[in-house]
Amino acid sequence: MHKVYHRIEQIAGNVIVVSAEGIVYGELAQVESAFGTSLAQVIRLEANRVYLQVFAGGRGVSTDSKVRFLGRTMQIPFSENLMGRVFTGSGVPRDNGPELTENLIPIGGPSVNPAKRIIPRNMVRTGIPMIDVFNTLVESQKLPIFSVAGEPYNELLARIALQAEVDIIILGGMGLKHDDYLYFRDYLEENGALSRSVLYVHTAADPVVECMLVPDIALATAEQFALQNKRVLVLLTDMTNFADAMKEVAITMEQIPSNRGYPGDLYSQLASRYEKAVDFEGSGSITILAVTTMPGDDVTHPVPDNTGYITEGQFYLKNGRIEPFGSLSRLKQQVNGKTRADHRTIMDTMIQLYASYKETLEKQSMGFRMSEWDTKLLKYGERFEKEMMALSVNIPLEEALDRGWNILADCFEPQETGIASKLTDEFWPK
Amino acid sequence: MNLGKIVGVNGNLLTVEFEKPVIQNEVGFARLGDIHLKAEVIRIRGRHAELQVFEDTTGLKVGDQVEFTGSLLSVELGPGLLTQVFDGLQNPLPALAEECGFFLQRGKYIKPLPRDVKWAFTPLVKAGATVLAGDAVGQVPEGIFAHKIMVPFRLSGRLTVKFVAGAGEFTVEDTVAVVVDDKDREHEVKLMQVWPVKMPIKCYAERLRPTEPLATSQRIVDTFFPVARGGTYCIPGPFGAGKTVLQQITSRHADVDVVIIAACGERAGEVVETLREFPELTDPKTGKSLMERTVIICNTSSMPVAAREASVYTGVTLAEYYRQMGLDVLLLADSTSRWAQALREMSGRLEEIPGEEAFPAYLESVIAAFYERGGVVRLHNDETGSVTIGGTVSPAGGNFEEPVTQATLKVVGAFHGLSRARSDARRYPAIDPLESWSKYTSVVDVDELVQARHFLREGSEVGQMMKVVGEEGTSIDDFMVYLKGEYLDAVYLQQNAFNDVDAATPVDRQKHVFGFIARFLKTTLKFEDKDTARSFFHKLTQATRDWNQLAFDSDEFKKQQEQLDHQIAEVTSYD
Repeated sequence: MHKVYHRIEQIAGNVIVVSAEGIVYGELAQVESAFGTSLAQVIRLEANRVYLQVFAGGRGVSTDSKVRFLGRTMQIPFSENLMGRVFTGSGVPRDNGPELTENLIPIGGPSVNPAKRIIPRNMVRTGIPMIDVFNTLVESQKLPIFSVAGEPYNELLARIALQAEVDIIILGGMGLKHDDYLYFRDYLEENGALSRSVLYVHTAADPVVECMLVPDIALATAEQFALQNKRVLVLLTDMTNFADAMKEVAITMEQIPSNRGYPGDLYSQLASRYEKAVDFEGSGSITILAVTTMPGDDVTHPVPDNTGYITEGQFYLKNGRIEPFGSLSRLKQQVNGKTRADHRTIMDTMIQLYASYKETLEKQSMGFRMSEWDTKLLKYGERFEKEMMALSVNIPLEEALDRGWNILADCFEPQETGIASKLTDEFWPK
Repeated sequence: MNLGKIVGVNGNLLTVEFEKPVIQNEVGFARLGDIHLKAEVIRIRGRHAELQVFEDTTGLKVGDQVEFTGSLLSVELGPGLLTQVFDGLQNPLPALAEECGFFLQRGKYIKPLPRDVKWAFTPLVKAGATVLAGDAVGQVPEGIFAHKIMVPFRLSGRLTVKFVAGAGEFTVEDTVAVVVDDKDREHEVKLMQVWPVKMPIKCYAERLRPTEPLATSQRIVDTFFPVARGGTYCIPGPFGAGKTVLQQITSRHADVDVVIIAACGERAGEVVETLREFPELTDPKTGKSLMERTVIICNTSSMPVAAREASVYTGVTLAEYYRQMGLDVLLLADSTSRWAQALREMSGRLEEIPGEEAFPAYLESVIAAFYERGGVVRLHNDETGSVTIGGTVSPAGGNFEEPVTQATLKVVGAFHGLSRARSDARRYPAIDPLESWSKYTSVVDVDELVQARHFLREGSEVGQMMKVVGEEGTSIDDFMVYLKGEYLDAVYLQQNAFNDVDAATPVDRQKHVFGFIARFLKTTLKFEDKDTARSFFHKLTQATRDWNQLAFDSDEFKKQQEQLDHQIAEVTSYD
């Protein structure tokens, strides 16, 4: 059936070149070497020279390895049986479960027609006040968590996944430490959420090409579930590893780098993944939460910078807390007017006062005298950080709003907060 | 038929071997079974032409056929463009959605102008008349406009009208007139004509200097950094500074006839807001829905990159077309950086020698040529029409020293730089009043403007100094300058987009309010100490903001102004 080629002309990095005819752009091939078998994809055609990107990497491929073209493009199985399973970046089971072969779907499909999109309207409750109250997560939103290495971003991601009111959780792990992968799996299992989750995990030890496939696979699966009227939450961690994998491949392909070695199409590549977030009219939705680690806490680094231009806001995780400054949910206005009459007021007032608290802290550190107002702010700031900002706080939105009023009432007189008297009459704790 | 054969595929770049002549920038279709993928010739080397494909190329193989069409990448121009939503190649997206459902399908192209709609044609010339290319032979009503049916732009020299149809109903493909050129060749005039997007339409008598201000209803723009009708301006800013929001506001309130929004490589969600909200909003000028004066070109970030490059040209060509009817058109391109990145991606695949940050060396000339398509023109019938271009720029890391921002600044007439510091402080619109500039004329008095600028600059310097030496170390005079600068910023530069009245400040009102503030800035004030001064300014700011939210020239408006005068009089020093 399929012709086998075994004269490899060039091996550079993960890319091998064979001479073959009638090969289709994007087609898959199987590369068999002494060290195992791997899938590979056609990434360039030049007369009869075929460039193949080997998923398992070029290491171990010999000049006489067998290359068999499969006559199909990259596909992954999709069915209800995916639930609770763990796969690698190329869709092979990572747990000891059976291989799935039914109902294959293509990955990296076309984008949604903008005319079929609708304005997002549903809040996703997470039980974290810094999100629910101050930067509400909205169904179909794409939102990254900007953070530096060492912050508990994976813990945060896992917690949001567990508490968010969604039907299905899909985890795409890129360059994960093996411990982190086990943490996700065990955490979901212990809390009974594994049965509604699908995990696609590429660990730091796996071939780099597989890392690049993870978002596409995860999102293709998510899209199918969403079309079956399911609300899907996709967690991607860490997108900086994904970008670095692209960088590595681009450089070995001798592409001209644009900014700090990243390929010129970094923006388009990231956008085509993030833009999969969607609310299908009359069907399900995809919400994307991703982790983007910022090398050196530098938000102008190409990866967070390009991400910020694509996503609808970002959460800033710093010192184990979601920082109110720098964090932003661009879609919160769509939903926070419909929750409770005092939601927006509490959101604005508490942040303004917290900003004043920060100024006071600065004044204090410079040795200026503290006025009575400053003392009030200091008390407020501490309580705000402890009772609202701490990640350990886990309460529903309404309770968080009530708690906000209590903190305000403990620290200030109603008129000092600048809240309209109509609201203080109704909500100020007596 | 001119057929070629694929000999190489690299991403969306095809190398094609041809035999008959091919034209640079001509359109070709790569045949993938029944699906034909649109592509454009971008380089020719020996027997090989290189084509950028506007779609995903998966599935193509060496030996597949490519059909060259002999025509350049073009758009259809005619009645029925307004209210439409197109992709970068002028495919109507709602019609695509009806046929293909949720997802965009590659190789699916739909005619931009509906073929079955009949338009009521009225002739404007008689047989025997002499006309030039671009002159109207008749008109059809399109929503709120009389849509001129013009002699095809591609013709040249004096033409004689041989035949013109009487009043009646015609589709876009029907011939409504026939003109004869000086070599006795006959040319048909239809309701619709086709024009290549990368060539400017030049059927006018002369280009004029843009002098008349274009009101956007944004105080900081019209007063401080004005835009002229037929001028060009750019809005660079880091993410989250409010570029897109500013453009959305402008698209609603700008005092022009037609608005063309080119959403180029940005978030789909933002386009959706415009898409869903515009039909509901009324245009204060006409009382009709805003959509009636709007065309949306939408090639969002996840749609094919090559079509993104085409989308800004599609937008500007539509703008020039409406300009030819003597209308004022505003083209908003969001964002030109994504377009430049599309150029960079192609340049990389072509393995051209890269310039700064790997952008191609011709980036500057391409950007300049694009902005040069804006302008005011005097048409052959002495009417004027204009195309104003406003482009956002998304500089990497928010740093304006990058190639796209710098190339753009060289060719535009106004620069609205957005600053992260201002947006963090929730001072919207976050246009930096100290860094931005404009070469156009403001709607207010020049001397008063110079004075206001002085307070902004000095005030900010005092503010910086105060951070070091504290309030104690600042003289009361300096402190006054600081407070006045902050006041001007708070009540005039900042504008609340969510308040119905404050969202749009017409020119009359700007003149009135700015005059009031200018008088106040000149006034010498007297305070016992800094605390009383500060609390006075707090109250005055609050009262002026309330004033901003009252309908212009209403009784409340006048009463509030009296109250402000009163407040100021109490602390005025008459020494």
